[in-house]
Amino acid sequence: MNDTFGRRIAGMLHRRPRLRLSLLLSAPLLWLVLAYLGSLAALFLSAFWTTDPFTSDVVKSWSPDNFRTLLTTSVYRDVALRSLAVAVAVTVIDAVIAFPIAFYTARVASPRYRHLLVVAILTPLWASYLVKAYAWRIMLSEGGPLDWLLKPLGLHGPGYGLPAVIMVLAYLWLPYMILPIHAGLEQLPANLLDASADLGARTWRTFRSVVLPMVFPSIAAGSVFTFSLSLGDYIAVQIVGGKTQLIGNLVYSNITLDLPLAAALGTVPVAIIVLYLLAVRRSGALAAI
Amino acid sequence: MAIRLRGLSKSFGQVEAVAGVDLEIGDGEFFSMLGPSGSGKTTVLRMIAGFEAPTAGTVELAGQDVTRLAPFERDVNTVFQDYALFPHMSVEQNVAYGLKIRRVPKAERAERAREALASVQLADFGKRRPAQLSGGQRQRVALARALVNRPKVLLLDEPLGALDLKLREQMQVELKALQREVGITFVFVTHDQVEALTMSDRIAVFNRGRIEQVGTPAEVYERPATPFVAGFVGTSNLLTDEGGTYSIRPEKIRLLDEEAPAGTGDDLRTVTGTVAEVVYRGDSTRFLVALDEGGRLTALQQNHETSSEEVAAYRGTRIRLQWHRRHNVIVTTPESPEAPEAPETESTCV
Repeated sequence: MNDTFGRRIAGMLHRRPRLRLSLLLSAPLLWLVLAYLGSLAALFLSAFWTTDPFTSDVVKSWSPDNFRTLLTTSVYRDVALRSLAVAVAVTVIDAVIAFPIAFYTARVASPRYRHLLVVAILTPLWASYLVKAYAWRIMLSEGGPLDWLLKPLGLHGPGYGLPAVIMVLAYLWLPYMILPIHAGLEQLPANLLDASADLGARTWRTFRSVVLPMVFPSIAAGSVFTFSLSLGDYIAVQIVGGKTQLIGNLVYSNITLDLPLAAALGTVPVAIIVLYLLAVRRSGALAAI
Repeated sequence: MAIRLRGLSKSFGQVEAVAGVDLEIGDGEFFSMLGPSGSGKTTVLRMIAGFEAPTAGTVELAGQDVTRLAPFERDVNTVFQDYALFPHMSVEQNVAYGLKIRRVPKAERAERAREALASVQLADFGKRRPAQLSGGQRQRVALARALVNRPKVLLLDEPLGALDLKLREQMQVELKALQREVGITFVFVTHDQVEALTMSDRIAVFNRGRIEQVGTPAEVYERPATPFVAGFVGTSNLLTDEGGTYSIRPEKIRLLDEEAPAGTGDDLRTVTGTVAEVVYRGDSTRFLVALDEGGRLTALQQNHETSSEEVAAYRGTRIRLQWHRRHNVIVTTPESPEAPEAPETESTCV
């Protein structure tokens, strides 16, 4: 009895592909619209509210004041530009470090060893973000391990500050860059490299004309992670950034004081990331994700 | 001498892919390396191109030892089995790639790429991406990309393997014509005996990393040097009698009714048997005959007058087979220590 009922339902669903699809997607779509787009819309709306300077209460009246403040106050402009520069620097550093590692894991290492290496690359992602950031705080501390290591060379570590933030963020997001490049290089057919050499190209030329253009979508995919994660970060900068201010920690520090301003600040990285994604999309790289 | 290989060997770990190959290929020759998969023919090709370094032995191109040179330092070009076209470049860019690297001026480069594409009937396809072409068209682009560099030697690694039969036969003719026209040495790797027989000036038959025989198509087909060659090139019928083991080609055998008057004479060999299987192939029919004296022979008959219904009626009937002794090819004599080894090849038949 039960069985035939189940079969009837299955048969009905089989004959109605639209119903099948809507049943499949309704729950995730509901979540996406309510929780994801909804919260983004709420953020954007609240950026137009203001805060009463005396009571610190949110006044729900429409005004573009917050955005005007952002654009006219040099501090905010500087912080936005600095955050952008950090995100770009982290992305470039990660791409430069990730490429040789990914090349080794994807094309040089023996298949058995390859799996171990991929696991090794993933392992740091299992450790808590805070633990890793604090580990770097110790590394970078005055007279800490990094200073001690560099001492024989007559150098000292960067201490806390902007360079430390870039270093730590580059360290934190590196796996997100290695994995897509590894996947891209793994899919690169070996005979394309043979063909390039056969047609007279030396190693560097093959890299430039064949390897790089073909794994560019993977690099772009990795950069979406490193770029957006760096732009939104507010913890590493508090731990190793010294007095450095980025958009993330400005938002964080304003949330309790001036929520509408924090919301307006929060739309800045969103806007930058949207612009970045559009640029990446234009390059044709998102087709690979 | 375009290519000279001396004692060429290659091992991958414990596996010996190529075990001491000596070979000389002349200028302007269409030379085929024929053998089953895993016989080492492709590895030899890759060592000539420079993609693999030999474990032992030397490779000479035009009298110069190139064994230690990288692929980009050798004056050879390769047409790869799956074409290896650069997917991110247009057809034109693919063809011009080698010229660009050699710093050929832009105008000349474009002109030569255009000519090369025209010579493979793809003049209007320059702006397309490889993904927008059919298999046969990609194959031609790969050919144009290699030939545009005017190499001394063109290496072709089973270039027609992925094409359907009609296209393959058409490309065989075109390739041969192209080779005559440009006069470049072609080294052609294939596992297809018909392809090798149709196109080549000479053929080297590979087996287990060694060359079993080198010769013209007629030599290899009519006078196979070893049982392996007899079996791999064409369908071989191996028979053993007091004279040793010999091979007789199916098309040399006449089929006669048991009662029909048969020719007599010392130069004729006649055996009797029962038709075990009839394979109708449109233009011809293959009869598998179980011999009274033991063993089996395959005989091939052109379907001059017979139809499929008629040949099917032969199954199970008594039959007489007759052929000229001069078509017997001795593959081993009774004194020969090596037992005849008939490879299992039910592949394409000649």
